[in-house]
Amino acid sequence: MRVVIAEDLFLLRDGLIRLLEAYGFEVGAAVDNGGDFLAAVRSRRPDVAVVDVRLPPTFTDEGLRAALRARAELPGLPILVLSQYVEQLYARELLADGAGAVGYLLKDRVFDGAQFTDAVKRVADGGTAMDPEVIARLLARNATFEGPLSRLSPREREVLSLMAEGRSNAAIAARLVVTERAVAKHTAAIFTKLDLQPSDDDNRRVLAVLAYLGR
Amino acid sequence: MYGEAAAAAGEAGGARLRPGLGGRLLALGRALTFFGLLLAGAVLLMLVLAPAVLAALGLGQFLKYQLNHGLSFDSQDARDLLALVLGLACCRFVLPVALLAARRLAMLTRRLSARWCGVVIGAAYEPPPAARRQAGAARTSRLSYQQRMSWLLSDAGTWRDLLWLVVNTVAGWTLLLVPVTLVCVGTITFIVPALGSMGPPFRMLRHLVTPPAFPGNTPLVLFLIGLAMVATGTWTGPLLLRGYGGLARLVLAPSGQAELAQRVAQLTRTRRETLDTGAAELRRIERDLHDGAQARLVAMGLTLDAAGRLIDTDPAAARALLYEARDASARALAELRDLVRGIHPPVLADRGLADAIRALALDSPLRARVTGSLPGRPPAPVESAAYFAVSELLANVAKHSGAGAAEVDLRHSGGSLRISVSDDGAGGASPARGTGLSGIARRLAAFDGVLVVSSPVGGPTVVSLEMPCALS
Repeated sequence: MRVVIAEDLFLLRDGLIRLLEAYGFEVGAAVDNGGDFLAAVRSRRPDVAVVDVRLPPTFTDEGLRAALRARAELPGLPILVLSQYVEQLYARELLADGAGAVGYLLKDRVFDGAQFTDAVKRVADGGTAMDPEVIARLLARNATFEGPLSRLSPREREVLSLMAEGRSNAAIAARLVVTERAVAKHTAAIFTKLDLQPSDDDNRRVLAVLAYLGR
Repeated sequence: MYGEAAAAAGEAGGARLRPGLGGRLLALGRALTFFGLLLAGAVLLMLVLAPAVLAALGLGQFLKYQLNHGLSFDSQDARDLLALVLGLACCRFVLPVALLAARRLAMLTRRLSARWCGVVIGAAYEPPPAARRQAGAARTSRLSYQQRMSWLLSDAGTWRDLLWLVVNTVAGWTLLLVPVTLVCVGTITFIVPALGSMGPPFRMLRHLVTPPAFPGNTPLVLFLIGLAMVATGTWTGPLLLRGYGGLARLVLAPSGQAELAQRVAQLTRTRRETLDTGAAELRRIERDLHDGAQARLVAMGLTLDAAGRLIDTDPAAARALLYEARDASARALAELRDLVRGIHPPVLADRGLADAIRALALDSPLRARVTGSLPGRPPAPVESAAYFAVSELLANVAKHSGAGAAEVDLRHSGGSLRISVSDDGAGGASPARGTGLSGIARRLAAFDGVLVVSSPVGGPTVVSLEMPCALS
């Protein structure tokens, strides 16, 4: 699986390359600014791109803009955006095209190599990987409203937030130490209570949940 | 506020270039309204002067009587002393009220002058001093008598108000009443009897007013004289009204020096507050770093050291320690992230005010909607101040108002950044009640910004802020 990395801090770029290679990825290119990133994506056609939000020369959201531009040029290009902080605003922009295959994670998440590479693979396969902090804020925002969300049991809420992060039933089951069947039952209950169209497709299911929470 | 007045004056001024008959009659009505204010002012002037005169008379009589009759005490003394006490009591209770009423009257005159006479008059008053803190008690909102009087009497504006009462009473009425009198006298004394002698339809007027007796007082002459007087009165009405505004400005407009002094005082105050806030912020950041990230890094160092010592003898324990260090670094990062958000939110740096406020709305537990947009970016300090003001306002709405929805509107017009935050909550918010709103107003003041709160009990609440700035 070929990856293109855009990260301006040398130490972090080096760390990412080593981490991804250790988990069997092939690093096609590792660049340090938005312009080079776009060029690398065009020439190397990676399976997934990992981009830092803040890049030179502007040191603002250059990376995010480059990522959105790359997505516009190559529709469906899987992109995982890393950042020192997360903003719902940016998460929305990444999810806006409704095509999935996006990730938005805090940089801290690379500390756990297994989980991080799992997220990269998920995005490469067309799934989503939303940072738990984004989801927590979405849920907190929704929790204050008298809405269908208040009808969920604590366990269902837990399943909902893991699902919104983009995890599959199997991953949720492993995380909560329950059977996959139990998770399936919970997700079915959630979809009924939130009045959402049930879907067998994991990605579509996640996008529906995110859209619901982000209303 | 001045801009508004100037705009209103501009409109009115445009209409006054060629006022029709209606406009001219309206000017007479306005002159009469001003005359009403003048009478009120004369009464106020009496209220201000009477106590002092009464007290002085009482004291003078008392002393004179004592000198003439030797030291004694009889009914005459009692009367003089009563006058003295009454005078002093009026000074104590009536004077501050009367002075403040004079100020209101002057402000009303300024407003009406801008609207009716097309003469904009500035105002410069000292702000009231902060109320004295009473031992043990909470902050008192009432000033003591001494504070109030020294505040009022040391303000040149108060003396300008009083001078205006005097000038108005002595001279103002001529400007106001000349046209009205001309019209009235012309109509009643000349036109009515002239018409009365003209023919059957007006015959009943004949006995109403006796025509003035002078040689050659034929009905036609009387009519023409009356017509001339009415014409002069209506013609000069607007002019004299404008002249009245000019007179008011002559007395009521603060001197350039007073305006400068006011500005200097305001700048001194806001600068001190800004420096204080800045210093307090730095202390908070230092403390947060010291207790948070710094402490965590020290702990991480110790944990890593322990892991290094254990790695050969007890690899499992060493691994546990390494994971512990990793988690500590994540927590340190989370703390640093929160700290950075409080200093300068990254999304503000990345995207500017409009998107940063959109991000705030998304993070708010309310259903918050953001409308409006900015065609450019305000200077960074203005942007930051506006961002934190909106952040605090939204937090207030979520915490206190009981509102379910909020709306933020932002735009740039008339050389100012204007943002309003409205909610459908319980209302009743006031800068006087909590430190929150007044704190925001204080911080905005450093940028010559103002905060206006409209929050009737029962809602809705609209808090608007306005900061003069250019966009880049």
